[in-house]
Amino acid sequence: MNRATVLGILMVLAVAALAIAPFMGMIDVPLSALWGAAEERGQVDVLWKLRIPRVCLAFLAGSALATAGMAFQAMFRNPLATPFTLGVSSGASLGAAICIHMGWTFSLLRFSGVSLFAFVGAMVSILLVYGLTRARQGFSTATMLLAGVAISFFFSSLILFLQYISDFTRTHRMLRWVMGGLNRAVDFDDVLGVFPFVVTGCLIVVYLTHEMNLITTGEELAASRGVEVNRTKLVLFFAASLMVGAVVAVCGPIGFVGLMAPHICRLLIGPEHRWLTPAVVLFGGAFLVLCDTVARTVIRGTELPVGIVTALLGGPFFLWLLVGRKAEF
Amino acid sequence: MTLIRLDNFSFQLGDKPILCDVSFDVSEGEYVAIVGPNGAGKTTLIKCIDRLLFGGTGSIEICGRPLHQYRQKELARLISYVPQADGRVFPFTVEQFVLMGRYPYLSPFSAVSKEDRRAVDEALQRTGTAEFAGRLLSTLSGGERQKVYVAAALAQGGKIMLLDEPTTFLDYRHQAEISALLSRINRSSGVTIVAVTHDVNQAALRSDRIVALRDGRVAFCGLARQIMDPDVLQEIYGTTLLLVDHPQADLPVIVPHAPEGSS
Repeated sequence: MNRATVLGILMVLAVAALAIAPFMGMIDVPLSALWGAAEERGQVDVLWKLRIPRVCLAFLAGSALATAGMAFQAMFRNPLATPFTLGVSSGASLGAAICIHMGWTFSLLRFSGVSLFAFVGAMVSILLVYGLTRARQGFSTATMLLAGVAISFFFSSLILFLQYISDFTRTHRMLRWVMGGLNRAVDFDDVLGVFPFVVTGCLIVVYLTHEMNLITTGEELAASRGVEVNRTKLVLFFAASLMVGAVVAVCGPIGFVGLMAPHICRLLIGPEHRWLTPAVVLFGGAFLVLCDTVARTVIRGTELPVGIVTALLGGPFFLWLLVGRKAEF
Repeated sequence: MTLIRLDNFSFQLGDKPILCDVSFDVSEGEYVAIVGPNGAGKTTLIKCIDRLLFGGTGSIEICGRPLHQYRQKELARLISYVPQADGRVFPFTVEQFVLMGRYPYLSPFSAVSKEDRRAVDEALQRTGTAEFAGRLLSTLSGGERQKVYVAAALAQGGKIMLLDEPTTFLDYRHQAEISALLSRINRSSGVTIVAVTHDVNQAALRSDRIVALRDGRVAFCGLARQIMDPDVLQEIYGTTLLLVDHPQADLPVIVPHAPEGSS
């Protein structure tokens, strides 16, 4: 299969996922609810106020996490890098945990307090990683990774500490938050809040596809061929971290998509980022929509955290691809 | 015309001086070899010339213009760089990899132009790598991969090619092929070559001039044949080397000492 065909198929899958997923769920919704002509008013509300925003958010989150994972894997030349490698998710989780521990319930600009705290936490960790890397001159990749991992561990300990001293209900809420998911009352405000971050982030990553290709072959080689390596890394870092921060603030840290979606797409379409990036955006989005649909329909009457489904569905699929083709890593 | 001019250039990493008062010129069309013991600063020197390492005191000029005034892409159109072998490669094909050498001529969303295509095809032809253009870089042998790196540098189309130990770790056949390839690139296309090497024999046979470093200082700078002098070599390497006349070239070459006690 050539690359254009693969991209075409992914496009069709993404559109299909977006079109079909809103009609799947515990309550049957007829197609006519789309234009408000359903028999029961409730069906229209379920479709427009719950399912469509949720599917949109799932798509945006999946795209953002997968694209950020791809950018970090290229930037660090490390196939194990994820959007959370640099501590964005632990920062967000700590923010959320603080808000839950204190029992603050408020909302600002129609975002919940937990989301806002999570977003602030993500920003703090991004700035800390940047500051620490900057303090040692040269903006080296190794320093950045170490700073990110160290901050990640530090924040994780603080989260454990908060969980330990909180009462049972709050500890449970914290644990539940860290599992990630799209089952908080999602509405169009969440979608609109995340949208600008994800679109800007993805556009910046698309703009830097040539540079990512070159950086994966080695930073010095890239510089010798005219890439402004440090500037590129800095822009990629902020673009990817900001969109991940925004997504995590609303959805919590959803695992697996950011690590595996880029690898699955590499197996399907190759490592050339001009083809890989659109594939990752489409696949990441469609994959998370699929997983979320499974998560809310597989067990009647309850919803699984989507993070469980992503790894359960994606893991075997990835292994199947890996064994089926002579993969190169 | 002088393409590269170093004037009292010094460079340090942390407080450790790596290069001290290095001065020499490279003219257009020359083939200059940089030799010296391990840790003498050879790799640092060519990285500084291509601004892969920043800083340092004194001056480096490329084509009469201070190095720091160049924008990254401008510099890449003048100088290409072939690094030391690096085992870690993402699974790009040879052709994709060589095409990346055209980066300094690309704009963000532009497709590959005819000119880029032509440069890549020519580079693949001239380095004898066209036959495995579709293969993955990671499946090539060290010698083949080195040729692909040279092909990418050729596709980049600069006047100057810097190479860091292009023949180290290669077998005799590939050493000979790479050396011959570099001579051809130098003679027929007029690309100026500056190559770091441990192989003083090859350097003396192939290059026009040799710059020898010792402890970050220029210990020798002169015509290639002049380095083949026991005293000069003793001065550079700090050990006595045995010279014999080359059976074909009018030039002494270094041979290893026989083990003690053999006759």
